[in-house]
Parts: sequence; C-alpha cells; structure tokens
Amino acid sequence: MSSTPPAPLHLAVALDGTGWHPASWREPGARPRELFTAAYWADLVTEAERGLLDFVTVEDGLGPQSSHAFEPDERTDQVRGRLDAVLVAARVAPLTRHIGLVPTVVATHTEPFHISKAIATLDYVSNGRAGLRVQITARPNEAAHFGRRTVPRIEAYDSPDALATVTDLFDEAADHVEVVRRLWDSWEDDAEIRDVATGRFIDRDKLHYIDFEGRHFSVRGPSITPRPPQGQPIVSALAHDTVPYRLVARAADVGCITPRDADEARDTVARIRAEQDAAGRASEPLHVFGDLVVFLDDDAATARARRERLDALAGEPFTSDAPVFTGTPAQLADLLLELRASGLTGFRLRPGVAAHDLPAITRGLVPEVQRRGAFRRAYEAGTLRGLLGLPRPANRYAAA
Amino acid sequence: MTKPLKQIHLAAHFPGVNNTTVWSDPRAGSHIEFSSFAHFARTAERAKFDFLFLAEGLRLREQGGQIYDLDVVGRPDTFTVLAALAAVTEHLGLTGTINSTFNEPYEVARQFASLDHLSGGRAAWNVVTSWDAFTGENFRRGGFLPQQERYSRAKEFLATAHELFDSWRGDEILADQETGRFLSDAKAGAFVHSGRHFDIHGRFNVPRSPQGRPVIFQAGDSDEGREFAAAEADAIFSRHGTLEAGRAFYSDVKSRLAKYGRGRDQLLILPAATFALADTDAEAEELAREVRRQQVSGATALRHLEFVWNRDLSAYDPDGPLPDIDPDIGEDHISQGRAQVRMYRDPLATAREWRELAEANRWSIRDLVIHTGNRQNFVGSPATLARTIDAFVQADASDGFILVPHLTPTGLDEFADKVVPLLQERGVYRTEYEGTTLRDHLGLAHPDGRRTERAAS
Repeated sequence: MSSTPPAPLHLAVALDGTGWHPASWREPGARPRELFTAAYWADLVTEAERGLLDFVTVEDGLGPQSSHAFEPDERTDQVRGRLDAVLVAARVAPLTRHIGLVPTVVATHTEPFHISKAIATLDYVSNGRAGLRVQITARPNEAAHFGRRTVPRIEAYDSPDALATVTDLFDEAADHVEVVRRLWDSWEDDAEIRDVATGRFIDRDKLHYIDFEGRHFSVRGPSITPRPPQGQPIVSALAHDTVPYRLVARAADVGCITPRDADEARDTVARIRAEQDAAGRASEPLHVFGDLVVFLDDDAATARARRERLDALAGEPFTSDAPVFTGTPAQLADLLLELRASGLTGFRLRPGVAAHDLPAITRGLVPEVQRRGAFRRAYEAGTLRGLLGLPRPANRYAAA
Repeated sequence: MTKPLKQIHLAAHFPGVNNTTVWSDPRAGSHIEFSSFAHFARTAERAKFDFLFLAEGLRLREQGGQIYDLDVVGRPDTFTVLAALAAVTEHLGLTGTINSTFNEPYEVARQFASLDHLSGGRAAWNVVTSWDAFTGENFRRGGFLPQQERYSRAKEFLATAHELFDSWRGDEILADQETGRFLSDAKAGAFVHSGRHFDIHGRFNVPRSPQGRPVIFQAGDSDEGREFAAAEADAIFSRHGTLEAGRAFYSDVKSRLAKYGRGRDQLLILPAATFALADTDAEAEELAREVRRQQVSGATALRHLEFVWNRDLSAYDPDGPLPDIDPDIGEDHISQGRAQVRMYRDPLATAREWRELAEANRWSIRDLVIHTGNRQNFVGSPATLARTIDAFVQADASDGFILVPHLTPTGLDEFADKVVPLLQERGVYRTEYEGTTLRDHLGLAHPDGRRTERAAS
C-alpha cells in the first residue's frame, strides 16, 4: 500500500479560436464573428476559472493558421486570423482573479528583451498569474514576414536536414528563455528603495547586467521592468521529440507531451527526467502534463456522433499531434487518473469545440475528478506558481 | 464675424522617469503596480479625456557609467499595460510609444491591430526612433542604424505597418455557419513590401480592426520630424508650452499640411503640459515653487549640471557656487539613454551664461538648476487654469494638451474635479463622450476614406 496519496491533478485548458476541430466554428454557440473581440476571450477564460483550472494557454503564431505543417494554405472554410496572445491574456487579466494566464510566444522571430518585460508586466497586471508557452516556427513563409533570416524548407520530418534545422531553432529558443529568465531576475526584489535622505529611488547595486552572450544574440540588460510578483513567471513548452524534450528539461516549469498511452507516457517522462538530470536541474520541480484533445458529452455515443458530424463538415477525419479523447467526463476522469499513475502531474486539455467542450470540462469533468479526490474544490493560492506547488524562487543575482 | 470656439482636447501622460515626477512625496504611489495605472486611467476617463499616453525607454539611463538612480527607474511593457487598461475603461484612448528601430513591422502591426480590437477601437501609436548603440545592446541586432537613417527607417516602418493594416479590407470575415465559408477572400492579408529597410511578403494574420489603423502620433521636433508629422501623423506630441513658441510651432506645422493634400484639422497639435493647481493663484505659486524644489534635490542639481559640464561634479556642493572649470567637450557623453543632453549644442557657452546668471542672482548650483529648468506650464487656481488653457487653444498655440502631473497616480484627480467642470461651463470641452473610438474623440476620419494605394493587382 502506498503511504502517501497521489498528488492532486493539475488541469489546464488550451484556447485556440473556436476550438481545436477545424469545423468547430460552425457549431451552435461558437460565436465565430466575435473571435476578434475582448468579450469572447473574457467569457472563455471566466468559464475556465469557474472550473478552478490551474491555467489557460492561448495559442498564437506569426502567420495565418494553415492545414499544412510548413506552408500556408488558401482555405476559406476554416478560421483564419488571430489576435496577439499576450495582449489577449492582458485584456482578460483584470477580469479574473485566480486562473493562470499563459500566452504563446514565438522565440524564433521575437526579441527576448520585449518578451521578458511583456510577461513580467502580465504578471503585474494579473497579480502573479503569468506564464508563457514558448514555441519555435520552422515555416519559411513566417520568416518572410520578418525578412531578417531564412528558414530552410522542411520536406520530411525525419530527414537529417530537418533535424538540424529544428535542433538549431530549439537551441535558439533555449537561449531566448535563458535571456527572458535572467532579465526577470535582473532587478532584486528590494531594489526600489525610495530613500528620500539620499535622493536615491533605487539601490543600483541591486540591479544587474545579465551580459548574455550566445550563438544567436547577446543581451546586456538589466530589464526596464522590475522583478515580477512571482519572481519567475511560469515557462512551458509543448514537446513531441528528443530535441524539444531537452528544451523542457533545461528551461521549463511545465512541459506538455502527447503520449498515446500510459506506457508511452512513462517512457517519455523518464526521458525528460534523464535530460533534466543531465542539465543539472534534477532537484528543481518540473511538471510534465499530458495534452489531449477532448470531445465530451453525457454519453459516449453522442460524443462520437458529434465528432463525426464535425468531421463531415470539415470534409475529412480529425487528426492531431495529441491523442484525441471522445467520450463522457467520467470516462475521461478515469483515463486521466490512469495516466497520472505513469508519471504525468497534470493535463492540458484542448477543447474540440470551445463553446461545448470547455463547459463540459468545467461542469462535467471537474466534478468527476473532485469526486475522486483528485482535484481542488477551491483555489488554494493567489499565484500561478502557488497553484502549481512551485515556490517563489530566489533571485540568481542576489547575494546569498 | 467671430471665430467659432475650438473644442479643447485633453489627455493624460502617465508620470515618467524624468525628475518631473516627484517620487519623494509621501502620497506618491507605485509606478509599476497595475492599480496605479487603473487609478490614473479611470481619473482621465472620468474627466472625459481623449486618451492616456505612455512613454517608453528601452534601456535604463546611465550617468558616469552607472545606472542613474535619482529619478523613478523602471516601467512596465507598454502594450501589455494598455491591453489591461482596456478592461477597466470604456472610452479612453490608449496611446503607446513604440520604437521603430528595435522592432519589426509585422509584430508591431499585429500588436496595434490586436490592441485596437481588444479595446473596441481605442489604440494609438506614438512612433519614435532611436539609433544609439547603447540601447541596441539590449537587442538582437544591436545598434545597427546610423543616426541620419532613423527617420528613413521610421517612415518606411510606418508605411509598411500601414500596408499590413490595409491588407485586410474589413469585409473578408463571413463566418457563415450555414455555407461553411469563413473568409470571402482566400488571399486576405496578402502583402508585399520591398524597400531599403524592409523586404517582406506574406499574409498578415490580424483582420482589420475597428479604427482601420491606429491613430498615429509623432513626437520629434526637428525639421525632419515636423515634415514626417505633416505627411503621416494624426497628432503631434510637442514640447512647445509657451504661448509664443506654441503659436509659432502650430503655424509652422499646420502650414506644411497643404502640400500633402491634408486639411488643417487632420493633424492635432498637443503639447505636453505640467501644472500646479491650488485653490488660489497665490497658493498655486507657492505649490509650484515647492514642487520645483522637490523635483531638483541637491544631488539631482549636480547630476543635471553634469549634462552640460560632461564631467563628474559629485565633489561640488549643490548649495555652493558653480564650478569654475570648463565643460569637457569630448566625444563621449557622461549621460547615456537621455535625449535631453543633446539640447546643449555649445556647452562652453551654456556654462559661461549660467555662471553669469548665478553670479548676478547669487544662485547656488541648486538654485540655478531650478531656475533654468522648466517651470510648470500652468500655475493657478482652477479658474485661472481653465481660462489660460482655453486662451492657449483659442489663440492657436495648440489644439489641447497632454497633461503631465508630478504625482503618481493621483496627480490628475484635482484637475478632473475642479478644472474640467469650468472648461465645460465655458462650452469648450465635452460633457460626455460622443463616440466610441479614439478617432471619434479626436475628430479624425476613419482611414478607409483615403485607402487607395493598395488596389487589387
């Protein structure tokens, strides 16, 4: 018999337009005409908070959505266009109180200095609920939106050229995150002193140049924004293979993986933990979440029928990089607990249809996992780090 | 015939990182916490101001090789704060200063279009340029831009951003759930820009926002800056606060509009203005003196003298006479990250002039810095301020003012409560917002009227 009960689950929801099924926008209640309004996003995040979820992620990209992995398409039957995810998160922050806000940022074409202060500021406007989900882009068309570099066109995922390109982009992303994190620490917490007697607003000995020198860029610092409320906001990344597992192991607080079953989950968690050891971070807490696309209804046949109806509208069966669950909230609760036993500490659920499957998570799944004693019944902390059981870290630059 | 009364435009500048901002006052609040921004924005909206204005600086200032520590230091990210403020206000315009040197058009256009969507049409962009390698050390490209090219890049940056904004006409999103057509145009957002500074093409991924394009501000004062504003901007954030200088600037810039086919009301002139407000004129004068002393401590006075002397003066007594040594006129400047020091084109002459002034008036270093620094633009009772501001606007010294209070976040409260009602009584200031977008508040047309340059090809 195990002496300690398993840790409670952590649950996040991934928000992307009207949902992850390409025909989701055609469902009743999908509100596709409101996708570019604040009210739409506020309603989704408020619903997620009603379900006591740990955080929401907001998808983003530096080009239009596409049905192809590495090039744009010219489809007119799917949602195209999106708002900047950091600004969506900032817009809903004052309207929520507990839920974490984790927008996607693309490392490949952005300045780490700007990203660092943007997420620090999101942490201020949300009183300690900010994070980021870092991603790379290997799309040549997105590189052409910036005109600063070219990305070689990837023909096949498993070619040596593709691996070299992707490895390089992930290495750069790791440097990007390192700069973002150093800048968050570049002000000590008590650097602002407002000492009227000497006229000094700050104690400049508590501000630090970060002097990052990498293969792709160098950044001097310090940040223009003081250390955010959480000290270090959450860094997360989605990972499907060895190279991104290494990024998760080196740089993240929450890694999201896409195992097909419990065995694959156990194997992937072990690989990430080994990389974590190799990176010298073995003692640091690192969550590994499973990503699942979900279609939820009160009985499994209804859920299957709904997914089939969506597939018919889309003209093709739905596929995803993540496993797809179609069934009842109770069945999903069973699956999540089974996967937890293989080492996952939480899940990032991607609602097939936001208008339908998000409330099914908050009003269906959540009561099921609560009944099993596996999920919170009230928010227990005021910050995202607190919800994830992560302590506020010491500043790397502060004298011990 | 009498000229019809001009309506006054007012806006609120969040107190910045100059010594104008008095942080030593016990009432001074945080410059970082969102509650300060929310208080400031709500006050501005209660006073029916056109917009809130945020400045920006992308590297902490240094003097003598060390981070300058006597003024407010640090600020949050402009876009992120403005997006959050959109949640706690309904009408107030949201103006952000964003640099065209250390950003790329695709990303900035996405951010402004997103902010405009998320605020229901209240976004504005104060386009600034910089070139210094000092700031560049925080960015991937470093200090890559020669000084003489900064306006050339800024112009092309703005033109490119406009091409991106205009790459969606505004009617592409059908979202027809019955027919399954989300877009009416498979090429929505397509753009090609090929120029000296930017060579980019592809698809912009933010549909057209409520204002079409954000309102464009320009802040430079050089001849090149004025010309740029006359050609491109909807409003100028200027620094000519006196009646005479304001009228000269106003007349100069407005006269440049015709050659770009623009009317005089298509570019608003909005100078920054500080103020000291009290119940009576005498009390306001006293307050103004007191605030000036708070703004210029002995330590600050020495550091400001260093802007001209360009050498370490920390050994001098701020309550004593000016240094008898001459300024260092070498290439490197003791102060970095500060535009102000470029004002002193001939430091030897300035030093000579200041020594004479100080001797004639028996001023100490601190007295000198207080007297030669900027006095508040408006000092007086509520009635005096309302009358003076109105007089400036009716005399074409400006179209209104961007008020810069010295206290965060309550520095506008009294102005909102006491001066605004008097302006309303004079019939020169709105009592309610008439429209919903910032263009509405500023009386600017929606840009679709002049959208001709990107015909389908």
